[in-house]
Parts: sequence; structure tokens; C-alpha cells
Amino acid sequence: MASYNTVNITRQEEIAPGFYLLSFKPPFLVRQSQPGQFVYFRCGNTYDPLLPRPFSIAMVNEEKNEAAILYQVVGRGTALLAQKKELNCLNILGPLGRGFTLPPLGRPFQPKRGPKGLEQLESFPQSPLRIAVVAGGVGIAPLFFLLQRLKDLPNLIIEVLIGARNTKQLLLKPEIKNLSPQIKLRLATDDGSYGYHGPVTEMLSTLLSANKVDQVYACGPEAMLKTVARLLAKYNLPGEVSLEKQMGCGVGACLSCVCKTKGDKENSFRYSRVCKEGPVFPVHEVVWED
Amino acid sequence: MVAIDLTVEIAGLKLKNPVITASGTFGFGQEYAPYVDLNRLGAITVKGLTLLPHPGNPPPRLVETPAGILNAIGLQNPGVDYFAAIILPYLSQFNVPVIVNMAGETVEEYAALAAKLSKLNNIAALEVNISCPNVKKGGLQFGSDPAAAAEVTRAVKNNTCLPVIVKLSPNVTRIETVAQVVAQAGADALSLINTVLGIAIDLKKRRPILGNIFGGLSGPAIKPIALRAVWQVFKEVSLPIIGMGGIFTAQDALEFIMAGAKAVAVGTANFINPRATIDILEGIENYLRENKIERLSDLVGTAHCK
Repeated sequence: MASYNTVNITRQEEIAPGFYLLSFKPPFLVRQSQPGQFVYFRCGNTYDPLLPRPFSIAMVNEEKNEAAILYQVVGRGTALLAQKKELNCLNILGPLGRGFTLPPLGRPFQPKRGPKGLEQLESFPQSPLRIAVVAGGVGIAPLFFLLQRLKDLPNLIIEVLIGARNTKQLLLKPEIKNLSPQIKLRLATDDGSYGYHGPVTEMLSTLLSANKVDQVYACGPEAMLKTVARLLAKYNLPGEVSLEKQMGCGVGACLSCVCKTKGDKENSFRYSRVCKEGPVFPVHEVVWED
Repeated sequence: MVAIDLTVEIAGLKLKNPVITASGTFGFGQEYAPYVDLNRLGAITVKGLTLLPHPGNPPPRLVETPAGILNAIGLQNPGVDYFAAIILPYLSQFNVPVIVNMAGETVEEYAALAAKLSKLNNIAALEVNISCPNVKKGGLQFGSDPAAAAEVTRAVKNNTCLPVIVKLSPNVTRIETVAQVVAQAGADALSLINTVLGIAIDLKKRRPILGNIFGGLSGPAIKPIALRAVWQVFKEVSLPIIGMGGIFTAQDALEFIMAGAKAVAVGTANFINPRATIDILEGIENYLRENKIERLSDLVGTAHCK
């Protein structure tokens, strides 16, 4: 029977003010886990705070069978977690959920009547396939693990676009550069302290309008993902997004962490479980709320 | 080693042990099957079912509160037909009684659902959730009005031969009164308690956090309230009681049993530890063994003895 497993923290480092990278020896083979999947564990051991928290696997080391999560201190749970030290224990459930699909992603839509849609359909998939990985803030977490997998695949051109509040919060910059010299990194900050001054989605929009992207993976604040979804719909391109919701059970039983996804009929919707059907969803399946 | 008798009988329903899953916290069993040997459970109470599929409430549906959670799932479920075609056959492969939690917005809906469920094989009992809003009476909960609670109980009883367990809401002035009228209306057993009504507010948005505004509080925070309800109802009503509300450990479960519960249901604890039911079961058994109590039934209500 699967269960929580007690594991040791091997390293915890504050990589930016309020942002931590925590490594541990997972109870599963990292080689068999998918980017986008998460681990579920409690940050304390009393009844308050009560629930476990989900954390995307951010980084793996297959040789050492180590995994790491990247998190921001946002509440009492993560504040408790930040106090943990090397050799402290975590009780981990996972890996859970559905992760990213490796490329090529299927086409999202019926070809449009217009010439642009049909033209793209015929020329798809491109070879090499041009992939944009779009992260907002700590949303880089599952995407870094994805990049670890993507870098070994043939025939890909990978652009990583990261947006953050300021230069300090642009996370894992050197690590991404070290992954592969082939990866192009484009950075944006809200305050203009580094790179492009403005939302990361504006950089994506520029790339899309120049017809430089075939598919997109994204994770970040909901407003950013919504813009990514709108852009991909406009250019009729496939993509996947990783969503975050407050979870209860983490295994699909309690139906707390649902998001709206498209139903069988036109304009209908259903509630899908972020912990089970997600956290990664095809971008065109999500119904974005206003 | 002395064999410990953990069996429980509730309204003719024989359980191999007193540990049941609480409705809504264990899905339809499938999600927890990788973590729990379902055959070891006293019974599984499945997620609340309605006659027709129900989409549930808009998110956010859950918020963590001190030592508890507030939820407003809103009975998202695939409806009785899907349950009969897909879920019940799945559950039937296990050697575990299935208790179906049922909900509705009108008395007629409860009656029709009871009739439909009673035609199916492999259902051990019905648990009637009377904490739903009564749409015909302007959204007031059936469970908060003794007369409406009795009416729903009668409607279900008249449409089934299965044991009928009525799950009472703590959001009433005197839970003993509701228990009494529900007993007179023909209930075979009682589940005590459903969640405690609550609310939480988002300081940034200055609005309630939950999509449904209100939610049901569960978890350790409500255990003393639930225990009190079991105690009071046990004193005044002779029906068997399934105790629930914040049971996280064997000690919690044993408190409920001593207060008068014949069986216990484990809910929110499953989220924190998917094996909670089994850990609690083993803890109860250990307690009985250590205290040389051969039959669990000898312990029921013992806290009332003077």
C-alpha cells in the first residue's frame, strides 16, 4: 500500500529573500516522476496548521535520487517549513497528479476557417519544434523540472521566459543557464530592475506575433495564465498550464481543489480536480474565470 | 492472546469493526484504495449522492481554519445512475459494507432517490444527509427544522427496506429534540454530527473566502462539540449512534464510544493521513487488549455510568 513516507531533508537554502529551495531524498524514483507532479506533506506536526501542502517537484538529481521543491513563504505552513534544517524529516505523499505532456502537444482546436489556422495546421509540427516555457515568479518550480527533461530531447528550440516582481525574485537564473547552452533565457520584471520592463506575457506575445513559437508550457499567477491562454487561443497554438488551488486530500477524494474545465457540450463546463486531473491542464481545456 | 471482539451491530447491519469513513471525505473509495485496504474498514460511507448529477459549488471550496477546515463542496457528484452503473460494481469487489449518503432539495427527491437505491444490490444502509437546503421552504435546512427532518426521514423509510441512518446537523438549538423526532419518524440509527456552519473572510478582497460564503467546519476544532452531541443524544434516544466530528486518533474514537457511539466515522483525518482509519482501528484494538476488554460493545456509553 502506498502511504506517507518519512524522508530526510538533505539541504535547505534561501535562494532569494523569502524563497527557499529544499532538497530531500524522495521515497520514489525521481526518474519515474513527471515534471508537473507534486508532493504533499505537512509543514508542522500539530493540528494547526492542519492540512498538508502541495509542492511541485522543482528539480531532480537522478544519480543521487534527490528531489527539490522551490517555495515562497506565503503563510504559516511555508513559514514553518522555512525553519526546517538539514536532516529534519518530512512525511511525504507522492508523486501525485498529472504532469506535463512532453512535446509535441496535440493541436488544441479544430482548424479555423481563416487561412491562418489552416496554414498552421499544415505546417505543424515544425521541425525543430519551438517551445516557449513561461514562468511567473515561483511558477518556475515545475517548469525547471520540465526543462531538465526537455533539454535531452532532440529537435527542440527552447525559450524560457520568466517574469518576476523584481530582479531578486527572478529565480533559478544560473541553474537554467547551466542546464543547456541551447536554452534562450528572456527575463522581465514588473519594476524594470532587470530585463524587460513589464509582464512576461508581453514578451510571449511578441514571440507569438513573430511566429517563433509552436507550443507553450506555463506556470504562474492565474492572471498571467489567463493571458497566456488568450494569446494561445488567438494564435491557435497548443500549450499546457500548471494550476494551483487550495487542496484538502490531495488524492482526488474531497473535490475541494476544483477548477472549471470545458464540458462535453459547447459552452458547458465541469469541475475538474487540480490534484487528480491536474495540476497540469491543456490550456484550451480550462475555463478561465473573469 | 485473547481475541478481541470488535464487531458492531447497527440497525441489523453487522460491521466487523466500528471504523467507518465519513461521507464526503473518502470519495467513492477508489481514490483511497491505493492507501487503505478497503476490506479492513467497518464500512465505507460514500460521497453524498443526489438523484441527478450535481456540479457542486463554485470555488474556492475549502479554507483552512485553526485546527480545522471549512468546506463548501456543494454535493458535487455524478448522480445515482452513474453510481449504480460504475461505482457500486467497483465497490462490490471489496468485502466492505457500503453506506450510501443521500441528499436532496425536496422531500420528493429524497423519496425517489431512496426508492432507486433500494433496487440496487450491495448497499448496506442509507445515510440521510438532512443538512441540505430545502428549496421548497426557501432554502432552510431540513435538519434545522424538526418537522422537516421527520418528514424527510419518513419519506426515505417509506421507500426502502434498507436500514436508514439519519445524519444530524449540530446547527440547531437542541440536537436531542431533532434526534427524538427523527427516531419517532422511523430512523434506525443516527450519525452525529455533520459539519458546523462557519465562515471565513479574505482581508485583501474584504469578501468571504468561500464561493458559497458559508462552509461546514470539520476537523479537531469541532471534536468537543460532536462529543457533546453524542453524549446528549445517547442519554435521551435509544437509537444506535455513529459518532463523528474531528476524530483523528484512536483516543478520539474511544471517547466517542464511551460517550455512547456504537461506531465512529473518520473524515477530515483522511486528508492528513490516508491511513487514519486503519491507524485508529489498530489503536482501538490495542486499547481494548491493554485494558483487558474483550468486547468493544462493553465500552459503549460507559462514560455515563456513575
